[in-house]
Amino acid sequence: MAVTTAVAELADNIRTAEAVVAVGNRVQWEVGNPPRVDAIDVRAPSGVITYEPADLTVTIGAGTTEAELTEVLGKHEQECALDPRSDRATVGGMLATGLSGHRRLRHGPLRDRVLEVRFVTADGELVKGGGPTVKNVSGFDIPRLVVGSFGTLGVLTQVTLRCQPVDRVSEWSSTAEDPVAVLRRGYRPSCVLWDGRETRVLIEGVAADVEAERLAMGTMGGSVAPAFPDGPHRGRISVRPSTLRTLAPALDRAHVRWLAEVGVGTVHVAADTEADLVTARVVAEASGGWLLREAGAPGIDGFGVARPNAVLQERIRVAFDPTGKFSPGRAG
Amino acid sequence: MQRIDDFDALLRDLRSSLDPDRVRAEPLELALYSRDAGVARGRAAAVCFPRTGDEVAAVVRAAARHDRPFVARGSGTGLAGGATPVDDPVVIVTTQLNRILEVDADERIAWVEPGVLNLDLTRAVAHLGLHYAPDPSSQQACTIGGNVATNAGGPHCLASGVTATHVRAIDVVLGDGSVARLGGLEPDQAGYDLRGCFVGSEGTMGIATAIAVRLLPDPPAVRTMLLDFTSIEDAAATVSGVIAAGIVPAALEMMDAEITRAVEDYVGAGYPRDAAAVLLVELDGLPGGVDHDSDAVARVGRELGARTVRVAADDAERALLWKGRKSAFGAIARLAPNYYLHDAVVPRTKLVPVLQQVYAIAREQRLTMMNVFHAGDGNLHPLIVFDGREPGIWERVYRAGDQILAACVAAGGVLSGEHGIGLEKREAMPLVFSPADLDAQARLRDAFDPSGRANPQKVLPSGSRCGEMQRVPEGAWI
Repeated sequence: MAVTTAVAELADNIRTAEAVVAVGNRVQWEVGNPPRVDAIDVRAPSGVITYEPADLTVTIGAGTTEAELTEVLGKHEQECALDPRSDRATVGGMLATGLSGHRRLRHGPLRDRVLEVRFVTADGELVKGGGPTVKNVSGFDIPRLVVGSFGTLGVLTQVTLRCQPVDRVSEWSSTAEDPVAVLRRGYRPSCVLWDGRETRVLIEGVAADVEAERLAMGTMGGSVAPAFPDGPHRGRISVRPSTLRTLAPALDRAHVRWLAEVGVGTVHVAADTEADLVTARVVAEASGGWLLREAGAPGIDGFGVARPNAVLQERIRVAFDPTGKFSPGRAG
Repeated sequence: MQRIDDFDALLRDLRSSLDPDRVRAEPLELALYSRDAGVARGRAAAVCFPRTGDEVAAVVRAAARHDRPFVARGSGTGLAGGATPVDDPVVIVTTQLNRILEVDADERIAWVEPGVLNLDLTRAVAHLGLHYAPDPSSQQACTIGGNVATNAGGPHCLASGVTATHVRAIDVVLGDGSVARLGGLEPDQAGYDLRGCFVGSEGTMGIATAIAVRLLPDPPAVRTMLLDFTSIEDAAATVSGVIAAGIVPAALEMMDAEITRAVEDYVGAGYPRDAAAVLLVELDGLPGGVDHDSDAVARVGRELGARTVRVAADDAERALLWKGRKSAFGAIARLAPNYYLHDAVVPRTKLVPVLQQVYAIAREQRLTMMNVFHAGDGNLHPLIVFDGREPGIWERVYRAGDQILAACVAAGGVLSGEHGIGLEKREAMPLVFSPADLDAQARLRDAFDPSGRANPQKVLPSGSRCGEMQRVPEGAWI
């Protein structure tokens, strides 16, 4: 009941507002571009709406944090493998920015996780896209459209996610060997991270498999998750995974700290100066990729690239938000 | 609508865009391409067989010049009428765009043209230890372009995901004949996920001319099991029990008594002819996990009444068990001249009560019904077998279909798991979507194709756009 009331209030606020920005815990606030300052803040409801462990699905308010979600699912040894950097991140914020977690290699991108979305449109209507079942082709795939839309299509209120059983054993191991060779020797590791010196591998499964897989990949057990690069100016590069070997020395020359998701093509980058992050962006573009600003570097554009198919993109944005009231400035 | 003169001009234009032999408008061709594998029949103005993406674009531009709609079509195995021509369109058949353009074993990506058959891709990459995961039952005949249009599934999508999770990039021709690349081979792209919208859009957003799909490594261990039951409820409860135990098999298929007997008579796969239901379960991955999960499946099955648990001893036995499942639709063709195959999804915890309702509906309508379906993801496929010449039978078949759909929706389900909406279920969309939901979908479709020429009248019911609705303000003069 409380949730319904909150959504109705939200819809009223949105209907009459000129500029609106959905706010969670501001964990990913600097990802992309900052919204215009005159936008009014709205908050999505939080908390679990329905959780059916035997269906492996959970429906939550978009304001629910990773910490809350993990706690609820953990009681049934399940997870959504969203893997945000901070457990204060809200599900709505994660979906809006569309940042996939570090176990994407095995568990897939964030978009594959989302079954149904509900959001308030510019005219204050509550719209549902997708459906609550694990398989569904009823109508167009609005959930995928919403993920990574930076709040420009509507304000997310409710989300249904696919859950999975937590693997019994989850172990980090490491080696100084070439990461691509290590990756090829494994079947489906959850994550292979490389910083140019060390390759760290996350293997999940039953104990016997984790051990055998580690031996097959030739890594040393008893390692821990690496720290993600930190610094005042951060971003993530998206490139074809095969370009990592040429990208790596160029990033080293750019004086940035980096950690690459091998087999995926995401490279996490941190720099001490804005200029160094800009250099990393140039390096990414030279490899056919791009760099999304995640934090700091206020002087640069958050995306740095023209959106592919910009005309079509803009038609879609306008179709949902004719007056441009949602997250103005945030996505482009 | 009188379009004779227009039609001649259209044909001339198409024949100057394409080798004239590959533009057909003879009665036989038009009849052949008047429907897909569903029941709805339409009429094409002309049928074109392009061989390159440029030719597809040329045909779409020619159609645009004459303000004709166009409908893309692969092998025509779709069951929802998605490829049925409506509004005298140009049908664009993609089966001659059938080249595998590139296989990158390192990045595990294949670029294919839309007319490549699903199974041909898996065969072409088998020597690399890779496979293409979506495996619809029609995989020997259906095209990957058609799979993209319907966001096709298949038994092995339970653990691996449906087509949308395997498509990385698509080159498309849009409604105005312009071309675009949606998605890409980098993990993320700036802007909206146009690739994600396009998959499953049933040809209403354009035509794919090249598709980059993800290939998966073959699993080191595979175990295929057949569990048989003396009641359909026990089998369904086992499905729910397996998922509830935190096991997501590679595939988890259910077949009821009627279809099990029909299949056994047809291919002799060794299925027990006296079973009320069988479950075909496949587990794959690393050997330890497969051992663990297959033990758990057997335990859950036995606790819930499985009579026998048979584990395929070798690849030959495994292939035989799958042959039974994949021959189901061949088997029923021997039983009666007509069948109607449904497709709906329910939460997996609701399988037992929904199946009971589905059988009750068939009994009430005095129809022979069989069930062979992707139980693991709750994707029901009630199959009604009948003789269409029997007076009044089609009404009962349609009525049963409506009732089945209503029962699935009432249980928290959705209209389609993998066949799509097409023409078949357009009018059922309001069962699960509000006017505002449908309006949002219509806006998305129109943004992709402002011309409305790409496969018109599919997916969305008429009246989906707010402007189309009969919303007359009080006091208005009309």
